[in-house]
Amino acid sequence: MRKFLACVTVLGAVLSLGVGTVASAPPSPDAALINGAGATFPYPIYSKWFDEYHKLHGDLQINYQSIGSGGGIRQLQSGTVDFGASDMPLNDQMLNDFKFKVLHFPTVLGAVVPTYNIPGVSQELKFTPEALAGIYQGKITKWNDGALTSANPGVNLPGEDIVVVHRSDGSGTTFVWTDYLSKVSQDWANKVGKNTSVNWPVGLGGKGNEGVAGLVKQTPNSIGYVELIYAIQNKLPYGSVRNAAGVFVKAELSSVTAAAGSVAKSMPADFRVSITNAPGKAAYPICSFTYLLVPESIPEASKRDAIKEFLHWMLTDGQKDAEPLAYARLPKEVVDKELRAISEIK
Amino acid sequence: MASTAVAVGGAPRPGRVRAFLLRLRSGDEIAHLITLIFASAIFLVTVLLVFELYRNSALAREKFGWQFFYSRTWDPVFEQFGALPFIFGTVVTSAVGLLMAVPLGVGAAIFLAEMAPARVSDALTFVIELLAAVPSVIYGLLAIFTLVPLLRTTVQPFLKRTLGFLPLFQGPAYGVGLLAAGLILAIMIVPFIVSISREVLLAVPVEQREAALALGATRWESTWKVVVPYARAGILGSIFLAMARALGETMAVTMVIGNDPKISSSLFAPGYSIAAVIANEFTEATGDLYVHALIELGLVLFILTIVLNGLARLLILATHRKGTAHP
Repeated sequence: MRKFLACVTVLGAVLSLGVGTVASAPPSPDAALINGAGATFPYPIYSKWFDEYHKLHGDLQINYQSIGSGGGIRQLQSGTVDFGASDMPLNDQMLNDFKFKVLHFPTVLGAVVPTYNIPGVSQELKFTPEALAGIYQGKITKWNDGALTSANPGVNLPGEDIVVVHRSDGSGTTFVWTDYLSKVSQDWANKVGKNTSVNWPVGLGGKGNEGVAGLVKQTPNSIGYVELIYAIQNKLPYGSVRNAAGVFVKAELSSVTAAAGSVAKSMPADFRVSITNAPGKAAYPICSFTYLLVPESIPEASKRDAIKEFLHWMLTDGQKDAEPLAYARLPKEVVDKELRAISEIK
Repeated sequence: MASTAVAVGGAPRPGRVRAFLLRLRSGDEIAHLITLIFASAIFLVTVLLVFELYRNSALAREKFGWQFFYSRTWDPVFEQFGALPFIFGTVVTSAVGLLMAVPLGVGAAIFLAEMAPARVSDALTFVIELLAAVPSVIYGLLAIFTLVPLLRTTVQPFLKRTLGFLPLFQGPAYGVGLLAAGLILAIMIVPFIVSISREVLLAVPVEQREAALALGATRWESTWKVVVPYARAGILGSIFLAMARALGETMAVTMVIGNDPKISSSLFAPGYSIAAVIANEFTEATGDLYVHALIELGLVLFILTIVLNGLARLLILATHRKGTAHP
């Protein structure tokens, strides 16, 4: 009985403690709060931006949860966040599911690169679109296949089986990769298609960039794809890819920005465009924008102005933060177009 | 007490209240109420869980119906979803894990409870209980960096050479795959089996052992023929707990299973488990049907667990009867 009473007392104390902490949570009357959620790929640059911007504007706090593009889109749909973020543009059906109009603002660019591990081969490999599509469809199964050797003269490719590695988690990286393969191979587009996850014809799945990179590093004669940033930061070997102009281009921040620049003129007003396989000699073919998704109408005036001001800052001063974090910055043509689009937010 | 009720004048209310208060003061009633609330809370959480899984998978249930259970396609692009490869992967990896963990775990528990000196037993038990507390992602890392390379370079080529005539051990040796996932599950669930089985064995009354020894049994005979059968239900219980853990394990499995929703006869081949696919694809799932299909997979895992647990309970009942018939 005494034990029981003690328990009740402790329970009561804990409860009152809980109530106490809730009550004493610091109210922030002046700092306006803006909430966002979505893609994980741009999270490092976004958190840097929101932090920098908070230093400039002490009265504004932007919270960002990197829960994935799908989650960000759903949260924006249900109105629990002020903006979303996605690695891919929303398609028409997804836009229709929204009760309000959503604007796309490209923020930075990402690229996806093929990385490989072939014992005895130290040269940098060149990949044709046909070779990549063939490997990922399971049609090209040996490293010394003609499609690979003809693009890599002088490289002694072994006659070993190719171990294909892809992402197992749904990701923007997979979307860009499969979007590219859909563009260069009609067969891929018909049978597999593009999405954050697809029904892979062959291969092992690794979780995250680190999972894919780990499998490739460990497994002899393997090939995988990772984000450019991840490959740069971890010094992974990666190959160049032949672009639409017929030039083999290695992914670098400049060649990624060039890809975006080459499609800027033909860019639709809502920025929903795929820039994989972009024309232009300097363009790296496997890259994409990542987007902020902002409702067209924001009734609350203070919030609306804050978001508009932030977007303006991000497109101008903010862009210089991109390259130190290994993101490719937006080309000037796209920035100008976006600056005009900010006025659409009402 | 009755007299007070009468004294108030035919109104039974205050009397009943006072009686209730009296019982309250004695503490029994409070204890009864509080524990009842706790017990029903657990029940409610389970019901709510199933209800939510059911409700949020409506689109997938309507579109695919029973086909969901036996369809082999999982295609987010063309929105065709079937659970069979995932059910297969979950069951196979758990079975491989149990196959290795049960003899190892029960054997270790018998040694710790019956044979080892008390000091050794206590020290080892502490280490084993520590193992049970290691987060699964750590086991996953261990698997990626140690187990998988070992499997690829040594174990799988060896199995191929010696047992390669069995379809179980054919195909290319990637290292990752069903075998790797089963092995890491075995390592993860052994501590549960050892720890609980040891407790159960220790709880067997000393008289049982003494009686066996008095009848002329050796130490091992008394352990194997008397103590272990006496503790059978508890040991089985520990195995079922381990099975539940294996079925639901997410992180370590997804790191080494290869994540490929295919059904293959070889343990070397990559596979996919239900928990792994949910963890992998839920965050980036776009489109309602896709999300609903993933949630329905959660429901399938729940059903799978219930079915296997039910079978387990039947097994306990059956063996229990057998145990009492032949003491």
